Amino acid sequence: MLRVDIEKKLGEFSLHASFTSEGRVIGLFGASGAGKTSLVNMIAGLLRPDRGTIVIDGETVDDTAAGIHVPTYRRRIGYVFQDARLFPHLNVAQNLDYGRQMNRLAPDPAQHKRVIDLLDIGMLLDRRPGKLSGGERQRVALGRALLSRPRLLLLDEPLGALDEGRKLEILPYLVRLRDEANVPMVYVSHDAAELRQLATQIVMLKQGRVTSFGGVKVLT
Amino acid sequence: MFEISPAEWTAILLSLRVAVVATLVATPFGIALAWLLARRDFWGKAVLDALVHLPLVLPPVVTGYLLLLSFGRRGLVGGFLADHLGIVFSFRWTGAALACGVMAFPLLVRPMRLSIEAIDRRLEQAAETLGAAPWKVFFTVTLPLALPGVLAGMVLGFAKAIGEFGATITFVSNIPGETQTISSAIYSLIQTPDGDAAAGRLVIVSIVLALGALIAAEWFARRATARLHGN
Repeated sequence: MLRVDIEKKLGEFSLHASFTSEGRVIGLFGASGAGKTSLVNMIAGLLRPDRGTIVIDGETVDDTAAGIHVPTYRRRIGYVFQDARLFPHLNVAQNLDYGRQMNRLAPDPAQHKRVIDLLDIGMLLDRRPGKLSGGERQRVALGRALLSRPRLLLLDEPLGALDEGRKLEILPYLVRLRDEANVPMVYVSHDAAELRQLATQIVMLKQGRVTSFGGVKVLT
Repeated sequence: MFEISPAEWTAILLSLRVAVVATLVATPFGIALAWLLARRDFWGKAVLDALVHLPLVLPPVVTGYLLLLSFGRRGLVGGFLADHLGIVFSFRWTGAALACGVMAFPLLVRPMRLSIEAIDRRLEQAAETLGAAPWKVFFTVTLPLALPGVLAGMVLGFAKAIGEFGATITFVSNIPGETQTISSAIYSLIQTPDGDAAAGRLVIVSIVLALGALIAAEWFARRATARLHGN
């Protein structure tokens, strides 16, 4: 479950969002500049709200009134950025293992294999990120986030940097992820078609305000 | 003709020891300072930055004299260290290492700072979302990505330390076997009537060491670029 009720001023722009969702995939929809990334960064703890609360899976990670702000590294979230952000000095296998090591989790070969198979990245393991295509990079980034065993996965326009052909190549993996990985997701996109395929619930943002909230039919 | 005498070897080995110790001790301080200057904004940052670069522009004899005043046996810091920790700098090779370390510090810090500034901070954010506490981010992402710059700084610092003359001779004098480095040995030799051949040999050794260090620094810089592009 995710509960968000925050206010944040960023220069001239003000963000005021409030919603509660039990959805498996919450689609955060809006034009660029609507505040989607700022909102996701706040859920991740990379940005601090001026006022309000954020509750992930029953744990209050932000509560300005009570002075609570759990730092990003203790939120147990996974974050897939538009630009993948793989560590250039590590190969794919080391990138995938990074979150497990940082969280001091015991190795889980079954889970490891499941994620690698799910994303079809087995043949990339000893490559460096510089030698991957955009689509491959994004799949590795997904795997890396999943293998840190997050309780919530944040995806900020994960297909945004890819061309149309590559998008169609990655989309099926995201659908499989939704159906098999069993991790709730917040999926940010300005592409209604993408969200129609993936999201179970939609939060529509316009100029920093939630304008509608509900099933995918609010997209029409 | 090119036969290095035992006395010259003593000077060469002493120079190497002084420069290695100076570089190794200065490196952790250099990394910490480079990070501070690259990443933090604080009151007095400009002053600190200027202070680090001071040995570069100050006459070396002034730096040496200031070291003598503060780290000498009767100096405030030197007296304290000698009485409480048994560390003596004046007229010892350790003092030469201190002088070389201070003189080399600006050159050592600069490439480290530049390489930390060049790191994409979004990679550090990504590490944090994967559960890495700030100090772990530093050791698993920041430092490895800055490593070529760190090594380049060490090489440059080493090259400077091994050639240092003014501050060293002012602070710890020119005692064969204790504080007589290659530079001070050359200085003594060219003042003796038939020291030219020996001085010449040490000059060649200096040139070889300096060139080697510069080539190594260049090589590390190229590795840094390749590393940041993920190849």
